[in-house]
Amino acid sequence: MTLTDHELEQAFETTIAHNDRIEPRDWMPEGYRKTLVRQVAQHAHSEIIGMQPEGAWITRAPSLRRKAILLAKVQDEAGHGLYLYSACETLGVSRGELTDMLIQGRQKYSSIFNYPTLSYADVGTIGWLVDGAAICNQVPLCRTSFGPYGRAMIRICKEESFHQRQGYELLMTMMRGTDEQRAMVQESVDRFWWPALMMFGPPDAESPNSAQSMAWGIKRNTNDELRQRFVDMSMPQAEALGVTFPDPDLRWNEERGHYDFGTPDWDEFMQVVKGDGPCNRQRIAHRKRAHEDGAWVREAATAFAAKELSA
Amino acid sequence: MSHSTPDPNDAHGSVFDGLLGSDDSQWAFGTDFEDPLAGVDTTMPEGVAPDALATYCVMLADDALVLSHRVSEWCSNAPDLEEDIALANIALDLLGQARLLLARAAAADPTVVPALPEGSPVPPEDALAFFREAGDFRNVRLAEVDNGDFAHVVCRILLFATVRLALMERLRESRDRVLAAVAAKGVKELAYHRDYAGRWFLTLAQGTDESRRRLVAALEDLWPLYPELLATHAVEDEVATAGVGVRPADVAAEVEVVLEQVLAMSAVERPDRRALAGVRGRTGRDGLHTEALGRMLAEMQVTARAHPMGQW
Repeated sequence: MTLTDHELEQAFETTIAHNDRIEPRDWMPEGYRKTLVRQVAQHAHSEIIGMQPEGAWITRAPSLRRKAILLAKVQDEAGHGLYLYSACETLGVSRGELTDMLIQGRQKYSSIFNYPTLSYADVGTIGWLVDGAAICNQVPLCRTSFGPYGRAMIRICKEESFHQRQGYELLMTMMRGTDEQRAMVQESVDRFWWPALMMFGPPDAESPNSAQSMAWGIKRNTNDELRQRFVDMSMPQAEALGVTFPDPDLRWNEERGHYDFGTPDWDEFMQVVKGDGPCNRQRIAHRKRAHEDGAWVREAATAFAAKELSA
Repeated sequence: MSHSTPDPNDAHGSVFDGLLGSDDSQWAFGTDFEDPLAGVDTTMPEGVAPDALATYCVMLADDALVLSHRVSEWCSNAPDLEEDIALANIALDLLGQARLLLARAAAADPTVVPALPEGSPVPPEDALAFFREAGDFRNVRLAEVDNGDFAHVVCRILLFATVRLALMERLRESRDRVLAAVAAKGVKELAYHRDYAGRWFLTLAQGTDESRRRLVAALEDLWPLYPELLATHAVEDEVATAGVGVRPADVAAEVEVVLEQVLAMSAVERPDRRALAGVRGRTGRDGLHTEALGRMLAEMQVTARAHPMGQW
């Protein structure tokens, strides 16, 4: 007995309604598959491109302990990219195809990585604010409807929260150091605060794909909800650290039980999204060069494996 | 399909909690600077001059530190994610070895540690890594030369790890308990490094014409630096006589057996290249380096040197 399309779709909707997981071999609407490929690939690309801004400081880390922490963190990002590309492959797209789409600019990655890292404090700020924002985005995704993605996210979230604490701890240590170090931390926070808020995407009213993704259980909270959660979470941390955020409108609103805050520069956001951010071309060129420089190695490995099989 | 709780807020919400908490157990590298030799018997062994032991430790440490730097430059540049992760592992292992050895050098003879301004919180391992001039580094030149392509890093790790593994296997018997402990840990790591490089050596040799051409070129390029790995410096001779260190010359035969085996399996001929000269007999172990080391240190030391009173 074969099921009709209608019955298949009903089974899918029931699974979603029960908050159960859709697995790779289950029937799914084409739009759901496409949306997931786009989102999971974008997430994987973000991990891989995200290795660059922080990786740039491995060779200049100010202590051997910090060097080890940073190297291990950037290595974790490669690992996250690997799980996420694998989750994406269960949807029928290969890592090679996804890499090509990244290099050709046909798939995106998080805009935050198009901002430069200009001091060692940025390593801490990225851990605290950027990984912190990523966690706010990603924790709800542990319950996302597609099984392989949700399971990858559980592991990734644990490691990300570890990275966030390491970043915060670096900033804490620097704040106990010299005046120059404290100024470095504040300057870095000033640069990254607004881009971190932009990581949640445009305001809900201008986020075209959000409603369908929410209905399919791919996305669990709106951009604005998550942004608010991030601001509320970050304020007490900033106070404990002894830094301020560069927003004159930032204050506690007793009535709402949340912090009020100003509006990010959405024009800058669109510039960066459209490819004209401070580092977009540099990041893609780096990825493209590394990928192309490695082509002969991948070909050699494939040829060697084939010889071994036939031997 | 699994049954998850329908409650929206939320099964994993706990990740948001406790970001200001004090659960230190989750910090892989600790929440503060800790003495890396804590718990190890650091008593100086009898019959060895402290400055000789310290210099020997610096030699072994610098080899690891400098090569770790070169391998870490591959981060985000490797041919595939798996290789990026593997090379980062190797760089991390070597960095870990360097830290222990630098700390041991400083404990054995505090005069090897560069002087910093009064009250500087920089620990000895960092003072040694970041505040010495190139001429005070005692690493072999193989560790410091600029990176080339993937075949180059494979050949460099193969030569380096094969020699260092042979040294560490014997160093496990050192009368210095710290060196013995570092060696016991290092043997496991270096066995992996050698295996990783050996497998890629074979793969590249037998893969495509292009990969074979590149592999042979990289091996030819590095071969003149190989004899220096097996030369025995006067300090190494002194600590070996005291039962604390190992003479590289004493492991040369077993290193050769391993390398010949890799070359034979891969059907690659042993390069016909003579050793790179030193300057009036001085080489890396004496602090006489290639131009590449100074540039490397300029980058490695820039942040630390800008903040001699800084806390990291």
